[in-house]
Amino acid sequence: MQLTDLYREVILDHNKHPRNFGRLDPHDAEARGHNPLCGDRLTLTLLRDGERLTDLKFEGNGCAISMASASMMTEAVKGKSRGEIDALFQRVHALLTEPGAGSADLGKLAALSGVREFPARVKCASLCWHTLNAALASGDTTVSTE
Amino acid sequence: MSVVRLHGSHGYDVAALRAQFPVLDQQVNGKPLAYLDNGASTQRPLSVIDAVTHYETHLHANVHRGVHTLSQLATDAFEGARERARRFLNAASTREIIFTRGTTEAINLVAQSWGGANVRAGDEIIVTAVEHHANLVPWQMLAAATGARLRVAPIDETGQLRLGALPSLLNDRTRIVAVTHVSNALGSVLPVAQVIEAAHARGVPVLVDGAQAVAHLPVDVRQLGADFYCFSGHKMYGPTGIGVLYGREALLESMPPWMGGGDMIRTVSYESSTWNDLPYKFEAGTPNISGAIGLAAAMDFLETLGIEKAAAHEHQLLTAATAALMRIPGVHVHGTAEEKSGILSFTLQGVHPHDVGTILDHEGVAIRAGHHCAMPLMDLLGLPATARASFACYNTLAEVQQLEAAVRRAVEVFR
Repeated sequence: MQLTDLYREVILDHNKHPRNFGRLDPHDAEARGHNPLCGDRLTLTLLRDGERLTDLKFEGNGCAISMASASMMTEAVKGKSRGEIDALFQRVHALLTEPGAGSADLGKLAALSGVREFPARVKCASLCWHTLNAALASGDTTVSTE
Repeated sequence: MSVVRLHGSHGYDVAALRAQFPVLDQQVNGKPLAYLDNGASTQRPLSVIDAVTHYETHLHANVHRGVHTLSQLATDAFEGARERARRFLNAASTREIIFTRGTTEAINLVAQSWGGANVRAGDEIIVTAVEHHANLVPWQMLAAATGARLRVAPIDETGQLRLGALPSLLNDRTRIVAVTHVSNALGSVLPVAQVIEAAHARGVPVLVDGAQAVAHLPVDVRQLGADFYCFSGHKMYGPTGIGVLYGREALLESMPPWMGGGDMIRTVSYESSTWNDLPYKFEAGTPNISGAIGLAAAMDFLETLGIEKAAAHEHQLLTAATAALMRIPGVHVHGTAEEKSGILSFTLQGVHPHDVGTILDHEGVAIRAGHHCAMPLMDLLGLPATARASFACYNTLAEVQQLEAAVRRAVEVFR
């Protein structure tokens, strides 16, 4: 287990230069995510066209894993349908928790595979996905990983 | 494992001390463990482990039901632990020593029993801005239940209580002051003697949260004048699940029982009950007997070691660690009070404390990263979290160097 497995270049880059950072105003849905254990907080705002997620932004603060995961997620899900996003979340969740889970076709998100060797950090990487789920499922809401 | 460790000064034999803590002698992630999370929980010396094992092996029975010999032996050991705690605090009587699960339970006991009987709508409760959630939330709950108002005594930019602000907070509606002895998040040693003096001048009792203090500075509750003093076993080299509430006898006597059940009663009919004497009135149910015995052994350990000697050693480590981290560009130390216990809270620019924690762990250095159960304080400081290294009697200058190297590694990873 190497530190560089967790803190890969792409993760450090997305942490330092988060993509789609900020707020969408107006927006169709907003959700806040909070990991009370670490204090990681993020807010997602998004625009929908029917089942399709047309645009989203996030803001907040947290560790490199949570910030990079959120940044990479926004890139990965933009333009996708609800069904495609659900499928992607399942793949990412498996990547974070199941030994030997494949990362083919996951693109940049594959960089998160090192997180599973650091069980204390899995929640950091999944917070943004739970928040996105909440935003897609309803209107304004807050989710917590605890 | 043979690792050469630097000794502390003044003939303080840290290597001999470490030999009493077998848990310290291990590798974590391929590096020697540097256990610097003592503010969260300290390790136990062999003498504590042995005392608990001896009790479990040879002496266990329920206490205070002494028809048979074993029960009498267990009772003697348990009550011996109470007398040990009385001496440790220099309390006037063992009737003033209530065994609890820990500091949190002790404060809840006072907030609910004493608070329920004495706090009314419009009354005021004073806490400080550095309180751990354990000395804040029980008072919030009391305030919510009674309609009382919680007032927060401010701190200065060093993380020390603004003593001068206290007189204006104390008034005719103030019912109690709850103050920590040592800030778990910043390390400040609060001037509790002066707080108590100011509160007593207005007839207001004071509860002191001593969780971070008792292993690191000598506490004499009578000299201090504390009305209530609480601490946990596991932050002073003792077991988890055991702690002490010291209360002045007159106050404890005036308070209604908190939990009902066995041991706390004198007589029970189907209609009503009468209460046992102190301290048993506040100890419903079978207590943590082995925990109390382990706690007594931890007090013996601390007395043999000498708290002042340990404190001097820890201060040397704190000074060295503070200087070492401040040499690293981007490190900011939070909590710079003149009088500090061995707690070093810091942040590293551009690196979140949790990433610092993970990288340090990778280098064998165990620290705490987070809000330290002091979320309002973190908000006040404008920080989501800090990294915290906290020292105990068995830490070494070599571990301080390991800490410094690990923080430099974090800088490198995030460069």
